[in-house]
Amino acid sequence: MFLKNALRAATALSLIVAGSAYAETITIATVNNGDMIRMQGYTGDFTAKTGHDVEWVTLEENVLRQRVTTDISTKGGQFDIMTIGMYETPIWGGNGWLVPLDDLSAEYDVDDILPAMRGGLSHDGTLYAAPFYGESSMVMYRTDLMEKAGLEMPAAPTWEFIREAAAAMDDPGSDTNGVCLRGKAGWGEGGAFITVTANSFGARWFDENWRAQFDQPEWKDALTFFVNLMNDYGPQGYATNGFNENLSLFQQGKCGMWIDATVAASFVTNPNDSTVADKVGFALAPDNGLGKRSNWLWAWALAIPAGTKKEAAAKQFIEWATSKGYIELVAANEGWANVPPGARTSLYANPEYQAVPFAKMTLDSINAADPNNPTVKPVPYVGIQFVAIPEFAGIATEVSQEFSAVYAGQQTVDEALAKAQALTTDAMEAAGY
Amino acid sequence: MARAVTNRQKTINSLAAWAVGLLIFFPILWIFVMSFKAEGDAIKAPLEVLAAPWTLENYGVVQERSDYSRHFVNSVILAFGSTLLGLLVAVPAAWAMAFVPSKRTKDILLWMLSTKMLPAVGVLYPIYLLFIQLGLLDSRAGLVVVLMLINLPIIVWMLYTYFKEIPGEILEAARMDGATLHEEILYVLTPMAIPGMASTVLLNVILAWNEAFWTLNLTAAKAAPLTAFIASYSSPEGLFYAKLSAASTMAIAPILIMGWFSQKQLVRGLTFGAVK
Amino acid sequence: MATQHSRSAARLMMAPAVVLLLGWMLVPLTMTLYFSFKKYLPMRGDSLANGLDWVGFANYTRFLTSSSFWPSVYATLVIVGGVLVITVILGIFLALLLDQPMWGQGIVRILVIAPFFVMPTVSGLVWKNMFMDPVNGFFAHVWRSVGAQPIEWLSQASLPSLILIVSWQWLPFATLILLTAFQSLDQEQLEAAEMDGARWPQRFVFIVLPHLSRAITVVLLIQTIFLLSIFAEIFVTTQGAFGTKTLTYLIFQRVLESQNVGLGSAGGVYAIILANIVAIFLMRIVGKNLDA
Repeated sequence: MFLKNALRAATALSLIVAGSAYAETITIATVNNGDMIRMQGYTGDFTAKTGHDVEWVTLEENVLRQRVTTDISTKGGQFDIMTIGMYETPIWGGNGWLVPLDDLSAEYDVDDILPAMRGGLSHDGTLYAAPFYGESSMVMYRTDLMEKAGLEMPAAPTWEFIREAAAAMDDPGSDTNGVCLRGKAGWGEGGAFITVTANSFGARWFDENWRAQFDQPEWKDALTFFVNLMNDYGPQGYATNGFNENLSLFQQGKCGMWIDATVAASFVTNPNDSTVADKVGFALAPDNGLGKRSNWLWAWALAIPAGTKKEAAAKQFIEWATSKGYIELVAANEGWANVPPGARTSLYANPEYQAVPFAKMTLDSINAADPNNPTVKPVPYVGIQFVAIPEFAGIATEVSQEFSAVYAGQQTVDEALAKAQALTTDAMEAAGY
Repeated sequence: MARAVTNRQKTINSLAAWAVGLLIFFPILWIFVMSFKAEGDAIKAPLEVLAAPWTLENYGVVQERSDYSRHFVNSVILAFGSTLLGLLVAVPAAWAMAFVPSKRTKDILLWMLSTKMLPAVGVLYPIYLLFIQLGLLDSRAGLVVVLMLINLPIIVWMLYTYFKEIPGEILEAARMDGATLHEEILYVLTPMAIPGMASTVLLNVILAWNEAFWTLNLTAAKAAPLTAFIASYSSPEGLFYAKLSAASTMAIAPILIMGWFSQKQLVRGLTFGAVK
Repeated sequence: MATQHSRSAARLMMAPAVVLLLGWMLVPLTMTLYFSFKKYLPMRGDSLANGLDWVGFANYTRFLTSSSFWPSVYATLVIVGGVLVITVILGIFLALLLDQPMWGQGIVRILVIAPFFVMPTVSGLVWKNMFMDPVNGFFAHVWRSVGAQPIEWLSQASLPSLILIVSWQWLPFATLILLTAFQSLDQEQLEAAEMDGARWPQRFVFIVLPHLSRAITVVLLIQTIFLLSIFAEIFVTTQGAFGTKTLTYLIFQRVLESQNVGLGSAGGVYAIILANIVAIFLMRIVGKNLDA
């Protein structure tokens, strides 16, 4: 409260100092994730520094996507900054819809952005969106349950070990599930998870000629393994569990393991929300001995739609929100565990941040992800848990709905794969491949 | 009352009706209860939720995070603006249909209703492009017009059925006395139609208040009503039941309260004037 | 009674409403028709300004042959039909109940109509999270407290769950219309029938139901109009998974998720055709009843 008042006072003061000549009001569309909401709370600091005001349009992820996609593809010009992901950035950048971020100030230190993030948010080497926070995925497990089961989690487990550990920790009597994974329909939910799992089993979405690959044995292996694992040791109703549902299960101590976004680590280790805060260990996402791990790479990033009249102010905001200074601001007020992770190299070099229990594993996971080389066999696309082509979101949502129907016991693996193959082929044809 | 009702019967009726009424109302009551609980308590079993301490914390958080009053004002302007504008267009049309009916009146009426069946999602791109051309994106004026058009068929239809109840002889008499059309509508028809118009307004305000497709897709920061306010509380990371409940309560309470105070007109309005 | 003068005045007075609605129908309809014959992939850089390629009926065939098409028609009809049946039947019972003398009738009535005030988005979110969630939902807690395995509502009983949510929103409307109709029921006729020895079921079928037919028609007509285009409830609950993809939702998926405006527009044309079939069908029934 004191902070907010102080900021407000500072804002009022600086407005007098800065005068109104250069002050603008920028409109920012963003997602309602914890880190973004925290950022809104610090808007006063930005206004104090630059004199610009900010109007926030905070929306749930699906609504946000629908909203910003319509707006950018029709050049609606409703937003000066859009919060987008690693999927949209290269496509929109390639279409010339985003302002290139190639003239950021020296103080901003663009080279400090983690290479994997910078690569994923660029098109043809030009950065189009600045990462606010980045994530990979990793195994989060209950150290107490592993100990009780007499097992030790390796730093880089295999899927076979995950299955073994899930079997050992699964205890329906005490309401503990061996493992909790995403099964919810949606390309960014269960779709992302099954895709990275399939990557580690040697599967791929498309071959070099953009032919759908769901009729190949690797997909069948991966999907069968996942379904068996979850049916045997997963929570009931996992077909509708996404990030949020699993987070809540894990925090309530109902999961032995949870493989999901690295940003979840700060939630499960926060004693205010989590009943298992001091009993969580971390490991790299599992592999299947084929050389590819099942971890993804994602960033929520800030981009400026081409054509905005407030480009300068928007750039100032991006420089502020994704700067080292912002990280320090949050760290000073709310502790290092709450700063937006996964965006900057310097953060991981900071000894204070290294003391955060999940810092190292997050960095290792991010570094283990390679969007340009995501699968065992060669592919014509970029992206790990997604394929960076415009048609992917639609296709993958439908495919993941077919898979979720398998998880709910409504169809077999073979039926789902056949439908996935047919609808992907059809959609790719419609897109002119 | 043709038949005497014993107290016993009345008691049984009352008990049954109250039970059913509470059952139907329960989800709303539960939102209300949840909104006064801490996030950690809101996911517990129902009895534990009730036993948990009450708190205003969620309302504080929601208030801190988003500008409720602006969304609220936008909702009010959109709902009442579109309804009143619709009334302006619909009253003459309904008058004409009710008092100068032709063979095609009913066809026109049904055609108007059928325009409501077009799937809104199918025309999002055309309308969005149109709004860009007209510079109407994120403007209350643009949305008032869209919401008016969406509800216009309902408004016309309701007014038509109310107007038809007014005996034609009264209008004849007024005409005999030399009243012009204008005077006839203003001094004879309107006073008699006021209850029906009140019902029409109420019902359409509710429909406009609850419209969530266009209000979400055609707005950004300036014109966004409460439907957009809700969209920022649905399924974020972490626990959200209590905050979602608080936001939901804030979004539906104004309409509930309005409905409570104008029950009689509303009940009449909810029947769309179609049944006497 | 209507003079030539008043006829033309009437036409003039109807003009604004008719013209506005005609515009609201024709402008989007023309654009939809236009797009439906074009290749329009905005994410691939297609735009009106750059000109769109003509593709004939390709979008129409593709939409129709997609494996999602017939299931979506089925889902649409099941949801609309299910909600209509439930709201009419429960509405009759509820109206019967509310028509009886009781204490606090006003309050009971407001309790019953309250769901109508709730935004579809809110009601979808609340039912999905606070009630149907298989772990933390109200129903799950109740099921567990009696030792039963909680139901996974939105995956294993997806269509019934959606019908439940939508019926909850529309039951107040059906109830009130039917209640109003009950109140105008001729009590003397009923009593005469009773004297003649007609039992309650007979009286209900031969006297009450015919009296209600007009009210039921109105319920069917208005609800169908609103139900054919329900969207928010599906968007916030299942997102079209588990067989809940209605035609409206399929179009949404084609236009916004797949970013294929041409294909989605072709779907829009089909939806308009479906709506008109339903409308003609309805109007046949309604036409007769509305005059009564």
